[in-house]
Formats: sequence, C-alpha cells, structure tokens
Amino acid sequence: MKKNILTIIGLVILLILAELSKNLDPYLYQIFVFFGINSILAMSLNLINGFTGQFSLGHAGFMAAGGYFSAALSVYQGENLLRLLSFLPRGLAQGIVFFVFLILGGLFAAILGILIGIPTLRLKGDYLAIATLGLGEIIRVFILNLDVVGGPRGFPGIPKLTDITWVAFWAFICFIMIFRLIHSSHGRAIVSIREDETASESTGINTTYYKVLAFSIGAFFAGVAGGLFAHYLMMLHPSSFTFMRSIEILLMVVLGGLGSITGSVIGAFILTILPEALRGFAQLRLIIYSLTLIILMLVRPSGIMGNKELSFYRLTKFFQKRKE
Amino acid sequence: MVNILQQVLNGISLGSIYALIALGYTMVYGILKFINFAHGDIYMVGAFIGYFALGTWNLPFALGLIIAMLGAAILGIVIERFAYRPLRLAPRISLLITAIGVSFLLENLMVLLVGASPRSFPQSIPLKVYDIGGLILTNRQIIILSTAIILMIILQFIVMRTKIGKAMRAVSEDREMALMLGINIDNVIAFTFVIGSVLAAAGGVLVGLYFNKIEPYMGVMPGLKAFVAAVLGGIGIIPGAMLGGFILGIAEVLVSAFISSTVRDAVSFIILIIILLVRPSGLLGKHIREKV
Repeated sequence: MKKNILTIIGLVILLILAELSKNLDPYLYQIFVFFGINSILAMSLNLINGFTGQFSLGHAGFMAAGGYFSAALSVYQGENLLRLLSFLPRGLAQGIVFFVFLILGGLFAAILGILIGIPTLRLKGDYLAIATLGLGEIIRVFILNLDVVGGPRGFPGIPKLTDITWVAFWAFICFIMIFRLIHSSHGRAIVSIREDETASESTGINTTYYKVLAFSIGAFFAGVAGGLFAHYLMMLHPSSFTFMRSIEILLMVVLGGLGSITGSVIGAFILTILPEALRGFAQLRLIIYSLTLIILMLVRPSGIMGNKELSFYRLTKFFQKRKE
Repeated sequence: MVNILQQVLNGISLGSIYALIALGYTMVYGILKFINFAHGDIYMVGAFIGYFALGTWNLPFALGLIIAMLGAAILGIVIERFAYRPLRLAPRISLLITAIGVSFLLENLMVLLVGASPRSFPQSIPLKVYDIGGLILTNRQIIILSTAIILMIILQFIVMRTKIGKAMRAVSEDREMALMLGINIDNVIAFTFVIGSVLAAAGGVLVGLYFNKIEPYMGVMPGLKAFVAAVLGGIGIIPGAMLGGFILGIAEVLVSAFISSTVRDAVSFIILIIILLVRPSGLLGKHIREKV
C-alpha cells in the first residue's frame, strides 16, 4: 500500500515538473520531449536485451509500426471519434481519443512482436540480432510501399497532440511496469533465461513463453513511443526508422548498462543531450560522438550503471562511504 | 528468356562483389565470433583509396587496386589493434558496440575529408560492350568476375595450403587449444583482419568501376547484405560465403528487374529470415548440437 502511494506521489511530482517545463525555451523543451521518448524506447529495449538477454536490433521497426498505426488512426478516424465524444469538452475528448490511439498503436506493435517473436526467438545471439534487424528493415520497406500512409513521400497532417506531460506520463508508466515485472516471479523467470537458458528450461520454466512475453511488452512500449513521436513531429517518414535508429536505442541501453532501468534513462539522457551539446563543433560533432562511444566501451564495457539500479538508498550509501 | 539470362549475368557480377565482402565477415566471425560492423566501411575506404589512386595519380587500374588493398590492410590492422584487441575478454556485446562506433567513425571521418556528396569513380578502363547471341556483356563485368575469382582462389590457397592458414583454421576451431599448442593468436587474428580488409577493398574498387558512384555511406547496405550472404552460405565457411554472395546478387537483380526495385533491399532480409528459420547453420553448414 505504501509503495502504491509513493508511486502515485512520484507520478504527480513528475507531471507537475512536466507542466512547469512547458514554459521553457522551445529548443530545450523539444530536447526534453525527445529525451522522454528515447527513455521509453531504451527502457523497453532493455527489457528485451538486458533482462531477457535476447539481442534484438529491430526496435525501430516496432516504433514505426506503432507510430504509423496510431497516426493513421488519428488522421482517418480521429474526427469521427471526436464527434462521438462531442458531449465532453473538446480538450478532454481529444485526450481520451489520443490515449486510446496510442494504446492501439502499442497493441498493434505488440501483436507484430508476438508474430515475429515466435519464430525468431528460437535463434540465439548474433543470429537473432541480424534476424530482428532484417525484420525491422522489412517493416520499413513495407511502409515505403504502403500508399495509404504516404509511402516514400512521408505521412503529413498528423494532429499535434503530444506534449511533455504525455511523454512524462508514458515514460513513468513504462518505468513502473518494467520495474514491477522484473521484480515479480515472472521477472525472475525472465532473468533466469538471460543467465542460463538451458538451466532455466530444465527447472520447468516455459522459456519460449517468457521470451515472447518480454519481446511483446518491449514492442508495445516501442509502439507507444512511436505514436508519441508521430504526434509530436506531425509528420512521419520511413527514413526516420532505419536500422540506425535501432542502433541508436541500443547504444542508449548499453551505455546506461544492460539490465538497469535507471541506467537506460541515464543513457537516453546522455545520448539525447550529447549530439545537441556538440552542435557547436559542426563537422566534428559526429566524430566526437563516435569516439566517445568507442572510448566508453574500452574503458567501461558494462555501461555506466552496470546492472545496478540508481536509488536513494545506494546514493546515500555511496556518500557515506565517501565520508569515512 | 534472353532477358532472364541477362539479369542472371548482371546478378553474378553484383554477387561476386557481395561474395568478396562476405568472405571478410565470415573469416572474422569464424575466429572471433562477432559481427564486424565496420567491415562495410572498410570496403568504402578501399573504394575511396582506389578513387584517389586512379583519379588523382592516374595510375593503371591493377596498381590502383593493389594500393587500395594495401591501404585497407593497414586500416584493418589498426582497427583490430586499437579497438578490438583490448576487448578480447569483454562480453561480446561491448565488442559489437565498439564495432558500431568504429563504423560511425570511419563514415564521419570520410564525410569530413571528402564531403558527403557522391563522386563519380574514375573510368580508367574504357567501356567495351560485347554482344553474345543477344546477351550483353561488358569488359567491366569480365574484369570484376575474373578479379573476384582470382582473389577467391588465392584465399582458398592461403587458408588450405599455408602454415598461417592452418593456424587460422585451428584458432577458429578452438582458440584456447590453439593457444596451448603454441599458436600466436594475436598474429593470426591480425592476419585475418588483413585478409578480410584486402578483399573488402577489392570489392569497393570493383563496385566503383561497376556502378561509377562512391560516397561515404556506401558501405552500410552492402555490408549488411554481405553479412546475410555469409549467413546464407553458412557462417565461418569460406566456400559458403562465395555461394551466398552469388545467390544473393542474382536474387536481388532478378527481383528488382521483374518485381519492383523498392522491394530490392528487403529481399536479402527475407532470404535471411527464411534461411535462419529453415536451416540456421546455412546452406553448407553442419548442424552442431548444443551440449550442456
């Protein structure tokens, strides 16, 4: 009970902070929005890569699927639904419709995740990585040939519904859901697959079920993030979802530490800020970016947080040790 | 019918280039068990060295090809020494991320040095077109195919008949055992990178000759497709990479000629997923049972 109250208080504080940050400089505001979306992507990929130990490189594909699906719903069905809800104040109705569409986008990505996961999760290691990378690219090529959503011209005219409060809300939900999942008995089953798949199978864990479960939950949140992304930019283009995007998300996860949810948030923060902070260096920016990456891996291969979580308890302990 | 044969012929030219790149992937994977994401970019650097050797210094084609191969060999050694060797005992994922970092670095360095816009490759060999019973064959296609086949024969000779080749096979079979038997693993791994880079650079110069266009990001897609070719043939198996390269090249050209050119990039991945599901060890691979 105490836990639930704390959770709700945390959410409220976060939402108030989000509301306050709307007064920020628009450039800074945009960075915060992308930071939020990136952390949802990183946390959900961490569930697949870090906790389940299944090396997936297809996250951009799920993001594209969810984003395009919810954007198409908004463009083609949004007005109809709003008319149905016309007895409500327009702002509230719009919020409800947006919420439903985001969830539908996420579910669409999750179903895709189940369909893709059942055959491909039989593969291991690098093979799974390349197969998921390939599937992500196939999703992108499919969208490129889909005329309903603009194909290679891009998909304009998506209503701007995302603001930082929505992003913060979903990031929080994603965090709590993955955190709770990992600390439940299902979570222990999931982590046991990462540690030793054969051993966990022989103790009676249905490894396929748990792998597909983690994969589809990850895909769900990637789809939601895609929806938020679509309704923020008001325009989607298949070129935003190449495998480079998947790699970018993977970098956030690895930088923060595989198997650390708070690490993913930190990783998302750094990799959202770093390219912006280096903007002054113009041409050298991307070189510094890639060098930072290589050096970080050489110096600290397990990422910033390792597989530990950032918590007040650990922080206070850390500082107490310092004093001694 | 003639049309189909013509497309198959074009596919073989493209496939021989994929095969050259795939060989580098397969050899590095065979020994280090990791996907060298920077391999496609070494191919790109090779193409650019060839561009300067042929265009700026006006060297003959064969010499330019050799210089490109030498340059790439040095690059391969440097990358292996400074980026991959310190991580040899680290988890594989850190190695993979480092490879991605190296790949970014090479691309962006190239953008900084020569700019991002595509350049036309110097046409040091004048184009001749032969017409054989309705089939059109250019002298460039002949050069590409013959260069690729000669390099593959040399490679096969090195791996099967020389001492270092024997050491390479030993390391890929069991690294620790090879170490215990007195094989200098560092040298063998460096040598593997040299061979892979040399072949990739040759592929880069040939692509420049064939498609007449090079740019800093040209290595990304062919790199991925070459990896697919390596998996298709059975990763770690040298003839498999050649076979996979040819199959992929032909399939891709046929699809873009008769179905749609936008689907072209998806073809190789669809092939990949089918092969992984049906025969994960590849066409020529043997199934290895997992032991606990």
